[in-house]
Amino acid sequence: MSVVRLTDRIKVMERKPMTFLERIYLPAIIKGMSITISHFFKKKATISYPEQKRPMSEVFRGLHILKRDDRGAERCTACGLCALACPAEAISMTAAERKRGEELLYREEKYAAVYEINMLRCIFCGLCEEACPKAAIFLQNDKLAPASFEREDFIYGKDRLVEPFLLKKT
Amino acid sequence: MSWIILKIIFISIIFGLSLFIAMYSTYAERKIAAFLQDRLGPNRAGPFGILQPLADGIKLFFKEEFIPLKADRWLFLMGPGFFMITALMTSAVIPFGPDITIDGKSFSLQATDINVGLLYIFGVVSLGVYGILIGGWASNNKFSLLGAIRAASQNISYELAMGLSIVALVMMSSSLSLKEIVDQQAGWHWNVFYQPLGFLIFIICAFAETNRAPFDLPECETELVGGYHTEFSSMKLGFYLFAEYINMFVSSAILATLFFGGYHFPGVSSMDPGIVKTALSVAVMFGKIFFFIFLFMWVRWTLPRFRYDQLMNLGWRVLIPLAVINILVTGAVILYKMM
Repeated sequence: MSVVRLTDRIKVMERKPMTFLERIYLPAIIKGMSITISHFFKKKATISYPEQKRPMSEVFRGLHILKRDDRGAERCTACGLCALACPAEAISMTAAERKRGEELLYREEKYAAVYEINMLRCIFCGLCEEACPKAAIFLQNDKLAPASFEREDFIYGKDRLVEPFLLKKT
Repeated sequence: MSWIILKIIFISIIFGLSLFIAMYSTYAERKIAAFLQDRLGPNRAGPFGILQPLADGIKLFFKEEFIPLKADRWLFLMGPGFFMITALMTSAVIPFGPDITIDGKSFSLQATDINVGLLYIFGVVSLGVYGILIGGWASNNKFSLLGAIRAASQNISYELAMGLSIVALVMMSSSLSLKEIVDQQAGWHWNVFYQPLGFLIFIICAFAETNRAPFDLPECETELVGGYHTEFSSMKLGFYLFAEYINMFVSSAILATLFFGGYHFPGVSSMDPGIVKTALSVAVMFGKIFFFIFLFMWVRWTLPRFRYDQLMNLGWRVLIPLAVINILVTGAVILYKMM
């Protein structure tokens, strides 16, 4: 029974016998070796990580930071809009009332006594940044949440989120 | 008496140098492989990873010493040692430089200038396969045995072609002493220009004899786990791997000696003899050796491994007839020149 061709796209391969130069294999070896030696002098794509860092985009969304204002007081007023906006429900906070004498520590009359972000839940979408009415939370473009062996280490409290006070001065 | 002391010092230097070069060949291999593949290679231990061989060696020493229960204990221990000894013995007849004069006495930069140096090399090199064969057989493991059998048959097949390719060279130089062969190549009279086919056959066989890619079938990972050294661990494995690099160093030295004029370089005759000339000659010799070591690695990281039947086909049906033709042509030319 003959094969019925449904299309005319079939191409019959031409199988030529190898020429003498192909059969002695040496030109092919020299060709291959010239390719490999050209790679020897090429620039390497490797980034030696701890010494060199991959350049990040200006709008890269990395680790969060809780900003201070120009006098060094925390801007966050614990309104909870970031937690509400968070699609991964990674943010939780407990609000507290500012006492007399704490004006230089907290900008608003209400502040976050506990502010936690679970970096294992966070998807780094940046919606918290957009939701914040006080411009308190930002995602840094030069820092990543580092790896760790313990799950607890990924729950970032205020100790690791609030912007260090000294950096503001310089 | 002082002559003996000098000889002992020289032999120790060559011994140490073989080990040192083999040690840094492992580093060079990893670095060259990396560069050919657009990587950086080891660069953590010391500047540019220069201490990497040391770290590898220490790691091997601290690994668990494991001898399989059903293995032949003595032969299992003998295998790597034997392979190492034969690898180190070959460098005895290689001339590393011209004669130097110490206190008015001539001293040759060669461990021993025996008049059958070439035969000695072939003898020792063919003994080398015993190390693999003993180790592979004593492991009592089918993969080891298959690797050992492959090594043995490969060495036997390629030694024939290697020997025949050298016959043509010996016909030209009418000497088996390596020193004389080197001295005949002074100036630009390198044997590679007179024996290009012989050189080609010899270098292919040298790749096969040292079990280097594309002829590394005895330790073919994809088929035989680790080949003849599957069951070896700790420094016994280290000896096998290390001896391979010593073999490579010695093969490169032989290639440089037989075909590329050894320690001779163009313009050598116009220089006045002295310490500068000797130092330069030795440097040239080692430069040639390092070039061939680089070539060995370059080829390894370019070509895929041969299939076993292709290997045998190449050895018996291509290289041996070619070597015979080479002998016939050389003989005819020599006869024509004599007439």
